[in-house]
Parts: sequence; structure tokens; C-alpha cells
Amino acid sequence: MQTDIEALRVQMREDLKKVNSADTLRAFWQEYLGKSGKIPAMMKDLRNVAPEERPTMGKVINELKNHIQEAYKEAESRVKQIELSSQNEAETVDITMPAKIRQTGSLHPITIVRNQIIDVFAGMGFEIYEGPEIEDDTHCFTRLNVPKDHPARDMQDTFYLTDELLLRTQTSAGQIRVMDAEKPPIKVLVPGRVFRSDSDATHSPMFHQMEGLVVDKGITLCDLQGMLDELCRNLFGSEVRTRLRPSYFPFTEPSVEVDVSCFECGGKGCGLCKHTGWIEILGGGVVNRKVLENCGIDPDVYSGIAFGIGIERIAMLKYGINNIGLFFQNNIRFLEQFRA
Amino acid sequence: MKLPFSWLKEFVDVDITPEELETKLFSCGFEVEELIRLSEGISRVVVGEITHMEKQEGTDHLYLCRVNCGPEYGEDLAITTGAPNIFEGAIVPVALDGATLPGGIVIKARKMHGIMSNGMMCSGTELGITDDMYPGAEVNGLLILNGDPNAVLGRDICEVVGLDDVVFDISITANRPDCQSILGLAREVAALLDKPLHMPATDYEITGEPDPEISVRVEAPDLCPRYLAHYVRNLRIAESPRWMKRHLALMGLRSINNIVDITNHTLLEIGQPMHAFDLDHVEGKSICVRRAAEGEKITTLDEKEFTLNPNNLVICDAKKPVALAGIMGGLNSEIEADTKELLFECATFARDCVRKTSRALGQVSDSSSRYEKGVDQFGTELGLRRALHLIQELDCGDITPTAFDCSAAATHECMTFKARPEQINRVLGIEVPAETMIDILKRLQFGIEDHDGEWTVTVPRFREDIEGVPDLAEEVIREYGYDHIVPTFLARAAVTNGGMNDYQKRQMALKNTLSGQGFHEAMTLSFYSPADLDRLHIPADAPERNAIRILNPLSENLSIMRTTLAPSMLTSVVENLKSGNSEGRLFELANVYIPYSLPLDRMPDERLTLCLGVFGPEEDFFTVKGVMEAISYVTGVPFTYERAQVSYLHPGMTAAVIAGGRKIGVFGKLANDVTEELSLAKDDRTGRNIYLAELDYGALDAMIDENYHYVPLNEYAEQKRDLALICDEKVTVGEIEECIRQANPLVAAVRLFDVYRGKNIGEGRKSMAFTVTLSDREKDVTDNAAQKAVHKILSNLKFKLGAELRQE
Repeated sequence: MQTDIEALRVQMREDLKKVNSADTLRAFWQEYLGKSGKIPAMMKDLRNVAPEERPTMGKVINELKNHIQEAYKEAESRVKQIELSSQNEAETVDITMPAKIRQTGSLHPITIVRNQIIDVFAGMGFEIYEGPEIEDDTHCFTRLNVPKDHPARDMQDTFYLTDELLLRTQTSAGQIRVMDAEKPPIKVLVPGRVFRSDSDATHSPMFHQMEGLVVDKGITLCDLQGMLDELCRNLFGSEVRTRLRPSYFPFTEPSVEVDVSCFECGGKGCGLCKHTGWIEILGGGVVNRKVLENCGIDPDVYSGIAFGIGIERIAMLKYGINNIGLFFQNNIRFLEQFRA
Repeated sequence: MKLPFSWLKEFVDVDITPEELETKLFSCGFEVEELIRLSEGISRVVVGEITHMEKQEGTDHLYLCRVNCGPEYGEDLAITTGAPNIFEGAIVPVALDGATLPGGIVIKARKMHGIMSNGMMCSGTELGITDDMYPGAEVNGLLILNGDPNAVLGRDICEVVGLDDVVFDISITANRPDCQSILGLAREVAALLDKPLHMPATDYEITGEPDPEISVRVEAPDLCPRYLAHYVRNLRIAESPRWMKRHLALMGLRSINNIVDITNHTLLEIGQPMHAFDLDHVEGKSICVRRAAEGEKITTLDEKEFTLNPNNLVICDAKKPVALAGIMGGLNSEIEADTKELLFECATFARDCVRKTSRALGQVSDSSSRYEKGVDQFGTELGLRRALHLIQELDCGDITPTAFDCSAAATHECMTFKARPEQINRVLGIEVPAETMIDILKRLQFGIEDHDGEWTVTVPRFREDIEGVPDLAEEVIREYGYDHIVPTFLARAAVTNGGMNDYQKRQMALKNTLSGQGFHEAMTLSFYSPADLDRLHIPADAPERNAIRILNPLSENLSIMRTTLAPSMLTSVVENLKSGNSEGRLFELANVYIPYSLPLDRMPDERLTLCLGVFGPEEDFFTVKGVMEAISYVTGVPFTYERAQVSYLHPGMTAAVIAGGRKIGVFGKLANDVTEELSLAKDDRTGRNIYLAELDYGALDAMIDENYHYVPLNEYAEQKRDLALICDEKVTVGEIEECIRQANPLVAAVRLFDVYRGKNIGEGRKSMAFTVTLSDREKDVTDNAAQKAVHKILSNLKFKLGAELRQE
């Protein structure tokens, strides 16, 4: 019997090597450890062994059994690895095949730029006010110190609905509504659609503006430049500078035109800045005392600054768009290019 | 406004280059839009003399000349010419080999009929000049320079004919009408360079006796605050002197005769429009400024007839209008070559009146555009004096003592106000020294009386834009330099809370959700055409037809304020299809404009509206319904759907969206007949799969509950039962769901998972399978309870809808 055991041990080692799948593993188990396997058979044969040899033989058989069980466990984990890797291989894809996309959409570039400007000013404590698009003459012109005979009111610029009602030509109309509703300190942005009777590559009869207004004690022209510096750095990069130069708007005095140093060439001069090194981006100034008075705010106590940005203009500069009409044609090939 | 450098120098001793001046003007508020060099394009053209000429052999009109261009360029150049006016000894412009002429012309030495010609002799036209710029420039042939002491052989021609000049084209802001003249700009330049301003001469002598018959009166002083007139007799109409012709030419005007030129010159130089009436044609020798009578007619100098009304101001004689005030004179009183006596008009007219009349009649002139910008009363006086001086200087008439000043509504006093330097610094935010301010303001001709820091400021009469301290602040900083401003970051402002409000944030959340659903945000114009409503088959009596009309639209295509976004969205979808985008999803969140009444008597309701446009082969009614569910989910407002009829949507594939018991919108497939009429190729099949949705965003937003609480998760066991039901084809999923929900309070969810139609079920019938979830928030749902519930559900289904459990 001793020799039988040795032969079995050798045989088992041979069989173990052949185990390479779940099936052969199961066959191995049945061959040696299953109910009708060789180990249980040997245990049965123990009855035929002389009683004095039984304990020794029993021990030897038990050792063999343990040995085979361990071998089986090893084989089991090896088979698991083999199966996993063959499954992985079967499931392997050509990762260079085209992606399957559930295309996400996009926000309009005007919304993106608008939100970017809002983010800058929200941090400075500006609220967002949206006034009516159909305005009356009083809010859009008279109370903004645009006198009756000012060219800006001419029929060729303004769309009129009645003698009194019109499509607002500027978000500045919102200044008046805000100052009527709130008392200083006021920090507000007024974004929205505006309308002018004009149409070419850089003018659309409808476009978007963002008005900014601060009214508080001790507000100066220096604050205007400081605020706009911050805006321009956020929009065009940390290295840009701003420049103020005299201009004229009836609702501000002094009035300024604000240029930003060309972010394309760094101010050296290029096609974008028409070789001047500067790009005109917005207008603003110190709120005209008459406008404050018109809203019941004492101009001897409070002062204000205001500015107005054309959102399309900023978007055109930022993204290199040369025709304003593209914003309103809504071609998906255009719209999908913009990321918030 | 054009400003010739040479004319400017008559008023100010400018000692810097045009480029330096351009930079300085820019920084003080005068942007030079163009720096026009008159010599642009002309090079290597010099003065030469024809020393010898002979007919060239084998030609009938060409001459071979020997030309002396001085020692530097050659004293014996052979040049061929065909010009008819040449002679030996003629001094002419010579374009040398390699010379350039305006229009990009390059002159090269070349062989003409076998003989080398070393350049070209030029006409005035080839140099781009007119008679007014240089006498004889327009003759047929070469420009003859004989007699001009400047025409030294070899000298650059530009220096000889006055092309060595620069014209600035300056953009003038609307608050500075006083700078719409050479004098006005010269005044600014003098202040800028701190140089004296040489005022133009305005002295003249009065001769002869007055004419008591002439009368002038103003009946509409509100429209004509100042009207000056002066009688000039014994006119000697002739050509203007060369300097005046040149001034006019530099500004783009042609010389007519001395009298007309004086009026034009005064307009350009002083900024004061003038008019001269032929007194022989002014009936009754009487001038009256009044509103036109209704239907009154006038024919202006350019022979156009206009019918007037009382909004128009006219200058009349005893019987009829002789001029349209501030715009143009009448043909009947025009100055002609034989005019003997004239009455000069120099007036201030209300700019609004001039503009309105000019626009209404479509009649624009240099004078009217000047009045529209604003003419100050200071200039009115100065203008007349200058014109009379020129009459005397040019010796073209006798200045009589008969003069009129109708200035009932005029202001003669200079405006004054009090100011303190620290008030100015408070506007600017920097500390400009008081002496610097005083120096700047005095240079700009302000009067400053300083009483221990309390100033009395006298505003120059031509500065009608100056009203107070902020204006002074602007004057100071634009001369002192904006680069002195030190950026501060709202240094002294109160801290405030900022950002979007909840309503604005909810809109952004919706936009982001839609973008996540594959939608691209669109923006379309707020106005369109009534034809856009026709295209959507919107009936003539539908509420959408009550749209606000724009009184002055750009075109009929953009003439009404939109009452629905669907037409704009459809246009965007069609444009995408046409450009080859076969599928896509678009949304727009924008206002529609609903009038409370028409004609409009108050501000309308601006209703924020959400519109969706969905197209492409992968889309169907239910993908769009899925988007509605996503909107419902993100807003937390439950939607239900009802079949609906909309003129432009498919009658079988349209639903109304119901929320909070009211209809807040519709969606569906574009109706077949509407699709059929789109301007799309007939075989464009993708184009036939278009869906539109429109929701009242304001109504939806009002139902959003921001203060919701969480619902505790149910810890008790639920039961699920699948029910396959057979019913009539007409029974809807919605009806069955509703019936199941109503049957038993344990029903927590009903979900359709299969629909089947087949012969074994029978014609006109269908099988629908639902999973019903039963749950109780207080205890486990037992098998027994579930069985009872299912029993009740099935009996209700059978009784109410005739639906029965499908037998396998």
C-alpha cells in the first residue's frame, strides 16, 4: 500500500499540471477528492490493512489528502486567473474605434460672455437687474439727460412703437429703474437685449449690452478704471491694461471711452488692433449729477460711476468672430464651438 | 470735421509734426479718424523746363523734348509728350524715371517709337489737383508753372502746387459743436500746445446811407433765438482769390464766386452757416422768419419743390417763402452773376426744428447738418463780422449801415457758476494742484476768479456744453492727462452682497439642464414679419395676431414684436437643415410681447418663454416628451399631458403641458402641411421630422417650490406585480395608469413595459403590460394585501375601461 500511495502522489502531480480550466479542475477533484475519488477509496481500503499498521497508514493517507487539497486550492486560483484573462481577452476592444457620443448641447456665446462678466462683478457685490425691453421715452432718454433734440433719439436710431413707447436702445434705461427702486449704496449690472435701427457686418438691429452702475459716497473716476481693469484682466488675460480717453455720453460727466491693450499682440500693433496697440471695448464715466437728481439722489452726498459694454463686441473680440449676424443664425456648427 | 494743417497754422503757431499733433488731439478727446497726406502716392515728380522741342519722326502728334530738371536730376533729359499746350521755355511738372503718381501709377523710362523717353511731363489732373488748388490745373495739357516764383528747377512738385499739406479728419463728439469749425479746433490746439490763438480779422468799414425800406422781423423766436442781417450794396461779383479757393478745395468744396465762397468759407472757418439773399428778388425788401402755413410751397436752390406745414420754419419776403430756415435758400432769391445788392443772413435756429424739417423733407445740406449739431450764438455774431470783413477784403461790395439784430430769445451774458478745486478732485479721485487746474481752464478761455479757493467760473460763450463742476473736471483731466488716474478698487464703497437672484439662477439651471440634454442655446431677433405667422398657419383671429407693430421698422420682415417664439425657432431649424445639419436640438429662452390693448396705451406684458426646436431622424414624439420630463424634474413641477390642437402642429402628435392645473405650453410634431410648405428640398426626408415646443417660463417658474423638504425613504417592504392587460385600441396608457392609481391607496407607481398587438388578441385590440408597485409607509405590504389590491385594480379596469387580464 505504501507504494500505491507513492504512485498516487506522482500521478496526482502529473494530473495537476494538466488542470487549466474549470472542467479539468472539476475532473481533478472528482478523480481524487470526490465521493468516488481515489482518496476516499483509499480510506475504505484501510479496513483491509493490518490493525497495527492502520494508524500509520491512516496518517500517511491523511497527509496525502491534505497535500492534494492544497494542490487543488492552488490549481483553483490558477484556473480563476486563466479564465479571467481569457474573458478579458475576449472582451478586449479596439480602443481606436470611433467614440459613441450622446452629444451634449451648449450655451450661447452671448450667455457665456454675459455670465463671465456677471461672475467678475458678482464678486464685487453687484446685483443683477433686468429691466423691460419695451421702454418709455422717460426711462430710456429724458431722465438719462438725453435732451429732446439729441441725435441719439432720432428716428433713424430708435425703433418706436408709439410716441412714448420704444424698444430700448441702451441698457442704461435700467439705471433709472434701479435708482427709483433702491437707495445707495447701489452696485448693479443690467444685462439685456437692446435695439437699434442699424444692420451690417458689425451692427445688428438687436444686440446685447451690460450696464454697470455704482452709486455710493466717495465714488470717483479712479474707481471706474480700477473696476474695469479687473474686468479686462478677467476677460482678456492678466497682462492687459486699460486706457481711458475723453468721450461724450449725456448721462455721464466726465465721459470716457475705455481701450484695452491689444491681447493679440501685447500692444505692439497688429491687424486686430489696427496697428494702434489698443482696442476700444466700452464707454463709461462719472454719473451725471442731473441723472442722480432725476432719481431723487442727492449728488452733493452721493456720486456714481457707470459703464456700458456691448456683449457681442466682447464675444467677437474674444472668439475672433467677424460677423455679428452669426450670433442670431443659430447654426449648430457655430453654436457647438462654445464652452462655458 | 476736416482740418487742413496749413489752415490751422494760420491761427496757431504749431511747432510739432502732424503725427505728434494727432497723438495729442487723441488724448484730449479728438480722435483723428484719418490723416490725409495730399502728397500720398506722388514721388520723384519735380519742376523742369522744356529747353528744346521737335516733332518726333513717324508720328503726327508726339514731340521729343529736351528737359532741364536742374543739376540734381539732369539738365538735359529726353522726354516725349503728346500734350497740345507745350512750348519751348514752358516750366512743367516732370515725373522722373521711377516716379509714382496718384492711383498707383509708376513711371518708367521707356522707348516710345524707337526713342528713349526718360519720364513723363504731367498735367494737373495727373497730379490729382483742380484749378482751385492751383490755377490752370484743369487745362487740356500739361500744368504750366511759368510765372510761379516757387517753381525752381528740380524742386519737388508737391511743394510748388501746395500738396505738401496734411488734412486731419477728426471725429467730434456731440457735446462739442463749437469744434465743428477750423477756428473751434484751432482754439483747442492753442490750448493744448499753450500757444496764443490768432483770431481771424473781423473789422470792416461802413459806407453809404442806410436803406430804411428794408425790414427784418422774427415771428417765431422759439425756433430762431437769434437772427442777424446786414445789407451790402454795389456787389462786384467775381472770382475768389487763390487763397480762398485753396481753403475751399482743401475742405472738398468748389469755388463758385466771391459772394457764395464767402458764405461757405464762413461756415467752414467760424462754423456759422450764412445765407445771402438777392435783395432785388425779396419782395417788399422785407424778411420775416415764421412757421410755414399748411400747404405753403418752396422750390430750393437745387430745384426741388417742397410742400410745407407749420412744423417747418421759413424765411419769407412780403409774399412768399424765400428760404427753408437753416437748410437751403429758395431758387427765387439765389445770388446770380448780375446780383447788385444782397442781404446777409446769419442766424441761430433751434437744432431740433432744423433736424425734423430736414428729415421730414429728406433735404440735407452742409448748413442743416451744421445746425443739427448746434450753432452757438457767439459764433453767429462772429460769423457775420467775419463775412463782412471778407466782403471788404475781397472788395466785392459796399457795407451799408443797415443791419438788424433780432435776438428776443438770445442770451448775451456769459454763464457763471461757483466751484472749488477740491470738488473737481472729488470727481476725479486724484489730487490735481489748483494752480494746474487754473492754468488749464484759462488756456481753454474760462474765466476764473479765485477768492481763497472759492472760484467764480465764467464759461466761454462758445462752450454751451459746460454746466457745472463735473464738466470742469472733464476739461481738467483731458488736458492734464487720463494717465494720471490711479486705478482704485471701489476704495470707499460699502460692501454689498452680489450675484444673480434666485429667479436668474433658476433660469441658468434650466439652461444647463437643456444643454445636458443635447440642446444648443439659440438667440433670435425679437421681431419678425406677419408672414412668419402665416407660415405657421396661425389663424387671422388667433391671439398671436395681436402683435405690436414697430412704427419705423428696418423692413416689413422685422416689423412686429413677436407674440410666440415658434416662428423664429422654425426659421433657425430650417436654416440648419439647409446648411446640411441633419439633426439637432435648439432652445431659446426669451421674451414674447403681449399687449394689454392695441393700439398700445401702456407697456406690454413681456412674457419670458421657452421654445424648443428638435429635428433629425433619431427624434420622435417621445424623445421630446422625455425633454419635457427632464424640465419637470429639474423644476420639481409635475407635468401631465393632454391631447391638444395647435395650428402648426400635427393633430395626432401634439400635447398640451399641464402643470398646477393650468396649461403652460404645448409640444408636438410640426404639422405635415406646414412641413410641406417649408423651403426645403422635397426629398429631404430628415426635414420632415421636426418637433417644436413652447412653454410659458414665467408660469412654470412661479410654481417652483424652493422651500421643499425631503421625503423619508420607505423602510417597509414593497410588492411589485406585473399585469398584462387586453383592452380596446382606443384606451390610452394614461387612462389605464390613472385607473390603476385610483383603485387602491397602496399603488405607489405604475410603469408601462410592453405593448403588443397581434391576431391572437383580435382586431382593434391591444395588450399592454404594466408593473405596479405597491407600498405602505407604515408597514410591510403583505401578499394578502397585494392580492386584494390587484383584485380591486382589475375589477376597476374592467368596469371603467373594459380592460381585462390577458390569459396565456
